[in-house]
Amino acid sequence: MTTQLQERKATVNPKKFSLWLLLLGILMLFSGLTSAYIVRKGDGNWFDFELPPIFMYSTIIVLLSSLTMIWAYRAAKRDDITGIKIGLAATIILGTAFVISQYIGWVTLSDQGLHFVNPKYGDRVSASFLIAIAAIHLVHILAGIVYLIVMFINTFRFKIHKKNTLQISMCNTYWHFVGFLWVYLYMFLYFAPDF
Amino acid sequence: MSSSVAHAEHHHKETFLSKYVFSMDHKMISKQFLITGIIMGVIGMAMSIAFRLQLAYPDTSFPILEWFFGSKWAPDGKLDAGYYMALVTMHGTIMVFYVLTAGLSGTFANLLLPLQIGARDMASPFMNMLSYWFFLLSSIVLLSSLFVETGPASGGWTIYPPLSALPKAMPGSGMGMTLWLTAIVLFIVSSLLGGINYISTVLNMRTKGMSMTRLPLTVWALFLTAVLGLLSFPVLLGGGLLLLFDRGFGTSFYLSDIYLGSAGALEHTGGSPILFQHLFWFLGHPEVYIIIMPALGITSEIIAVNSRKPIFGYTAMVISLMGIAFLSFIVWGHHMFITGMNPLLGAVFLVTTLIIAVPSAVKTFNYLATLWRGNIRFTNAMMFAIGLVSFFISGGLTGIFLGNATLDIQLHDTYFVVGHFHIVMGCAAIFGMLAGIYHWFPKMFGRMMNKPLGYIHFWFTFISAYLVFFPMHFMGLAGVPRRYYAFTLLPEYGVWFDVNVVMTLAAILGGIAQIIFLYNFFSSIFIGKRSGTNPWQANTLEWTTPEERIHGNWPGEIPTVYRWAYDYSNPAYEEDFMMQNVPDEGVEEELFETPKTKINKTSKKPKTEAVTLFTLIKNWLKPNTI
Repeated sequence: MTTQLQERKATVNPKKFSLWLLLLGILMLFSGLTSAYIVRKGDGNWFDFELPPIFMYSTIIVLLSSLTMIWAYRAAKRDDITGIKIGLAATIILGTAFVISQYIGWVTLSDQGLHFVNPKYGDRVSASFLIAIAAIHLVHILAGIVYLIVMFINTFRFKIHKKNTLQISMCNTYWHFVGFLWVYLYMFLYFAPDF
Repeated sequence: MSSSVAHAEHHHKETFLSKYVFSMDHKMISKQFLITGIIMGVIGMAMSIAFRLQLAYPDTSFPILEWFFGSKWAPDGKLDAGYYMALVTMHGTIMVFYVLTAGLSGTFANLLLPLQIGARDMASPFMNMLSYWFFLLSSIVLLSSLFVETGPASGGWTIYPPLSALPKAMPGSGMGMTLWLTAIVLFIVSSLLGGINYISTVLNMRTKGMSMTRLPLTVWALFLTAVLGLLSFPVLLGGGLLLLFDRGFGTSFYLSDIYLGSAGALEHTGGSPILFQHLFWFLGHPEVYIIIMPALGITSEIIAVNSRKPIFGYTAMVISLMGIAFLSFIVWGHHMFITGMNPLLGAVFLVTTLIIAVPSAVKTFNYLATLWRGNIRFTNAMMFAIGLVSFFISGGLTGIFLGNATLDIQLHDTYFVVGHFHIVMGCAAIFGMLAGIYHWFPKMFGRMMNKPLGYIHFWFTFISAYLVFFPMHFMGLAGVPRRYYAFTLLPEYGVWFDVNVVMTLAAILGGIAQIIFLYNFFSSIFIGKRSGTNPWQANTLEWTTPEERIHGNWPGEIPTVYRWAYDYSNPAYEEDFMMQNVPDEGVEEELFETPKTKINKTSKKPKTEAVTLFTLIKNWLKPNTI
């Protein structure tokens, strides 16, 4: 009797499920960091400043890159190899633009006297927090760009197509996650002076 | 194609390296975790005996200490004061993270999750292997700090800044601290890799009929432990990164207004050392439950098997585990009552802390109710499981003392705290781990451990543990501070002198008992009596695997589950146990849809890879049908 029954199938691909769990862990990392920001700000001796406008462009760039990623993923689902290549290339370029925009943002802050290390200016730990949070996020973006490049190469090796979308689907999930993570961080940092 | 055929094709001939070293078989990885955990445990315990000698005999010279630690750290046979602190720090770190987190969860999650849920291996055997290797690497990095010139980290296992943030603060803040942080980062990676795997395995790889409500309590406990680790370790990682920035780049997240000896006033300003405590204890308190929950799960299983009774209140046990897991995230402030926190906030943490007593008490009463009028078999594992219940009660009660902010302000940093957490977290969890080793040794090695030696081990360990830690409560009530190297210059504590001697002698007795255990463990691997497939007459699926331990666990089909794990002494059956894979006559039709229907259903609506989280949750919650 029992041998006739099918073995229970996994309800979701275990790799994809593991990725979701990893993203949950990353979310906790940033929850911890932004909570630390709020706790330290609550102690007083805190210099409030406006975010450099370039960070808004960062946000627009990262949202656009999500759109190009969707384009690449949809192309994969309909077996349009050229579409995948264009979509991924555009996402990689936008991702790199995001990195550059972040760097410009930090230089702008530095020009205003807001550095990562601010000896003797205790209230400017606010800038240290901003740069630390953005930098830790940037590491995740850089990991995402490496992931995208691997996908791009795999497309040329015909490893991504209609019947094999798992890799690009995971990359898609990861990229949207780190993108929207930045949107959250931007909103958080933008409104933080009003807390 | 049947799964067994697929399985046979999938696994190639194994070499020594692939079988014992770079193994991806969860059973071998569990043994690797266990053996590494035992080695770390021996080192951690040896350290504790060294500093207990110092506490009992502060003026006596012990040539063995000089021989062992060298003349730098133990000149004239007496421990150096700085090295005493280093030993305490390393003892705490090793025991909390390396023995009771990785050694306990790593061993039993790896062994039991696939076996008890009916899976051939973990969701990702490769990640599982990586998890062990990161753990081993982390252990080696941590132990290597014992050999650096300035000594290992010595600011306590909680690594509070500024001692941890300023490399020049004291000798142990230098290279030793850097190695400590490196080791913990590696440990967090190992823990996350393992945890993600455990969660994924439990949720996605259960066999037919194994609904969440039929899971053995060990699986529930290990699963919730993994969830706790996944949610709390990243926060420590965040806190640790900010600490590294302070150490390496000169930022001031945790540092402010410090005057450091010859260096004068430092430029760091604006940081808050209390902020680190918040981030640390947001991990630190769930960590306590990461340690104790697997031990509680193991105890639930062992007490039910050896009382020959169903576990009392299965649902209550699961809900209380969930309650403990949830509450553990909102009580971290009770470690920080004396940091000058807002009394209102302190009151909130006080209330949440005391509420944890409710699910803990539910578990305790359920253990007692399971034992009540049971047909108890006092196996070695059962003795240790009952020992856990004893420690959980006595340590839990003192937790209620410390959870009260008003009492904690008096008792904080006294031996009362040391006594409390050693009993409730140290002894209880170690007893759970030892119970698990005695119980599942036959599953691991196919042989039985020596029973009389097990009893000697139990009684010596049980008595010595109480002798060491119980008097600490009275010392704490009298105000004796913890972390002191010697009390010789403080005559008011002279009254405790003899007590310290008794405690140290008891600690040595406990150490000797562990030598008996080690002999029993390692000799039984080779000369123990053969165990057979189900030596304890237990119900769970791990006892359905053949004696020969094969990669893939079951030679044929994976067993189907027809009942919960606790059908003991059910009057409907002849035997006093009924294994989970044995069907009742004529009930298959009610329990399972026929395969045909299932195939038709799925063929109408093919499942895509993009399953939404919502669908997943819906699938987990719906009644289990095949």
